[in-house]
Amino acid sequence: MDLTYTEEEQDFRARLRAWLAKVLPELPAKPSPDDWPGRRAYDLGWQRRLYEAGYAGLHWPVDAGGRGATPTQHLIFLEETERAGAPYVGANFVGLLHAGPTIAAEGTAEQRARWLPPVLRGDEVWCQGFSEPDAGSDLASLRTRAVRDGDDYVISGSKIWTSHAEVADWCELLVRTDPGAPKHRGISWLAMPMDAPGVSVRPLRTLAGSAEFAQVFLDEVRVPVANRVGAENDGWRVTMVTLSFERGTAFVGEVVACRRTLGELARTAKANGRWDDPVLRRRLGRLYGEFGALWRLTQWNVSEAERSAGGVPGTGGSVFKLAYSHARQELYDTAAEVLGARSLSLEEEWTLDRLSSLSYTIAAGTSQIQRNIVAERILGLPKGR
Amino acid sequence: MDFQPTEDQKDLRAGVRDLLAGRYGREALRASVDTGASVDRALWRELGEAGFFALRLPESEGGVGLGLPEAVLVFEEAGRALVPGPLVATHLAAGVVPGAAAGKAVVSAFDLDGPLVAHLGEADAVLGASGVPAGEPVRSVDPLTPLHRVAVAGDASAYREAGALLTAALQLGSALRTVELAVRYAGEREQFGQPIGAFQAVKHLCARMLVRAEVARTAVYAAAVTGDAGEVAAAKLLADGAAVQGARDCLQVHGGMGFTWEADVHLHLKRAWVRAEQWRTAAQAQELLAQELLGSVEEAGQAG
Ligand SMILES: Cc1cc2nc3c(=O)[nH]c(=O)nc-3n(C[C@H](O)[C@H](O)[C@H](O)COP(=O)(O)OP(=O)(O)OC[C@H]3O[C@@H](n4cnc5c(N)ncnc54)[C@H](O)[C@@H]3O)c2cc1C
Repeated sequence: MDLTYTEEEQDFRARLRAWLAKVLPELPAKPSPDDWPGRRAYDLGWQRRLYEAGYAGLHWPVDAGGRGATPTQHLIFLEETERAGAPYVGANFVGLLHAGPTIAAEGTAEQRARWLPPVLRGDEVWCQGFSEPDAGSDLASLRTRAVRDGDDYVISGSKIWTSHAEVADWCELLVRTDPGAPKHRGISWLAMPMDAPGVSVRPLRTLAGSAEFAQVFLDEVRVPVANRVGAENDGWRVTMVTLSFERGTAFVGEVVACRRTLGELARTAKANGRWDDPVLRRRLGRLYGEFGALWRLTQWNVSEAERSAGGVPGTGGSVFKLAYSHARQELYDTAAEVLGARSLSLEEEWTLDRLSSLSYTIAAGTSQIQRNIVAERILGLPKGR
Repeated sequence: MDFQPTEDQKDLRAGVRDLLAGRYGREALRASVDTGASVDRALWRELGEAGFFALRLPESEGGVGLGLPEAVLVFEEAGRALVPGPLVATHLAAGVVPGAAAGKAVVSAFDLDGPLVAHLGEADAVLGASGVPAGEPVRSVDPLTPLHRVAVAGDASAYREAGALLTAALQLGSALRTVELAVRYAGEREQFGQPIGAFQAVKHLCARMLVRAEVARTAVYAAAVTGDAGEVAAAKLLADGAAVQGARDCLQVHGGMGFTWEADVHLHLKRAWVRAEQWRTAAQAQELLAQELLGSVEEAGQAG
């Protein structure tokens, strides 16, 4: 058990830090949360800089255009970029963390050549069209239909909660290609251009007031069969490869950010006198301990991934997500306690963070679903009937 | 960085697990509950011979020369097996109290408020006092942790950091063990025509237990590696929570059986309660962490 970084890792960190110190002051001002074209341009601009400096696709395999970095280097990258206040992955999330890795793992040479370089260069944005109005936790029951017609699939149906749909060029789309097969066996994975005729996007307003996600309607959209990644009806397996790709690093930046917020909370509480309330003070102390442990759990998971290099990671991510999403909500509830009635004002940054933290126990697999995964796949408890 | 245990560390842990499975399995545990003999001097000596107490003593002083990371792995196993006796205090006394390192002496400590002392009647020495003070027996909640009230508290604060961390490791072992017990029972016991573990309400209790235990595990291991006071406090706080709440959830999963003397669940819960009061309580840990948090921003503020 060793928490010290190797010389190579320290060099990597030092070079990255120096680079960040140089480029961050040159960045344009952050666009407002409602300015979607502005956000797209900002996020892609940052990706372009990463690309030019050789940091794009750090954790992707080299033959997919990535840098083949170790999980620990990726951890350092995420930690340092967050520390330095660099832009979040934002609109590049699906391309870099879901669709891209899927194409890298399962795509043909032509598919990789077509789709991966634009993601790394910051030219194209992807979104994820998995969830449907009637298929959320039970994703495999999805009904969006794709019917083969010559060299095309003709697709009809609807996707929902699609983040960044308004500004995406491509959508990683799960469709049903065999309605007769058992639900996990009749699904295919397609890359759908968002400007194809028949695609319409209706923004959905979140409880935080902004339009972070959308419903996507598909009305006889034609997508070439050549855009299918993996075999027909093998889309469920292809998708599972994606979902397990992040190797324990999914929330690194966020944990670093939460720890910084906690420090700011303590400072504010000290200044406004609430620090003298032992109940609040201890709650902050506990959170400090918890987020410290969550940081260590990240390092633990990354070390595990590093040892099983190349292998598909385990289900430890569910344990982490359960603990983290709860701690994050607790953090912003505590922030509200520090602010008192001021927490009712939307001008407080923490109030917006509190609102968005409400999605953490829902998005990317609800806490209930995560507990099912932990109980059945880690603890080996029987499936319910 | 490689936070995972090394092969040597895994071997050490497996060795202690085997030793305890052979020497202090369930029957031995229940026998000590029945007789009320909490410290078994022969076992104590065997633990001593296996290096349990001398683990961190330098080789030049006849110890094993290992560090806190190895110690927490070994204490985790002792917690899992619910080995009774002042394991932590005797370990801390190695090199201080003659015979402690070899397991020839049983050493307790002033690690409880009250002032209460655990295992006073069986102790050859008490850390924080010169000699063994006189005390009035108190009926203890834990059948395997006899308690005495003494007139004047001693001071074992010099040992507090390591004491809190090793106690956290015991709690961690107990927490992990209660997950196993709950999962096993949930897979065997049937109601409504299916194993109760197929019911989500039960499944989710078990999942929560594991999440708490795994977070506590990394906190304990990390504190062992860094030795940082804040991380030790966090480890104790989280491991106390994982052990106490884990035992309660385990009890719930066992239904009426969980409320019996015969099931082991109550032994885990009662011991976890005792350990939660030792060295550093939740309130103390939270206060310490709060001060560290504030210190960290004030420092950053000055530096910036
Ligand atoms: C901010 C945000 C961004 C998102 N972005 C995307 C995106 O980009 N692309 C995309 O495809 N999806 C996205 N999602 C969708 C997300 O994956 C789903 O919301 C999630 O999987 C839950 O599905 P649902 O909303 O249909 O809820 P439901 O599945 O209807 O769940 C409702 C409630 O029932 C519970 N429940 C359901 N099944 C079970 C069960 N078996 N056992 C116990 N309880 C159960 C759930 O835990 C929940 O409490 C996003 C969601 C959010 C909140």
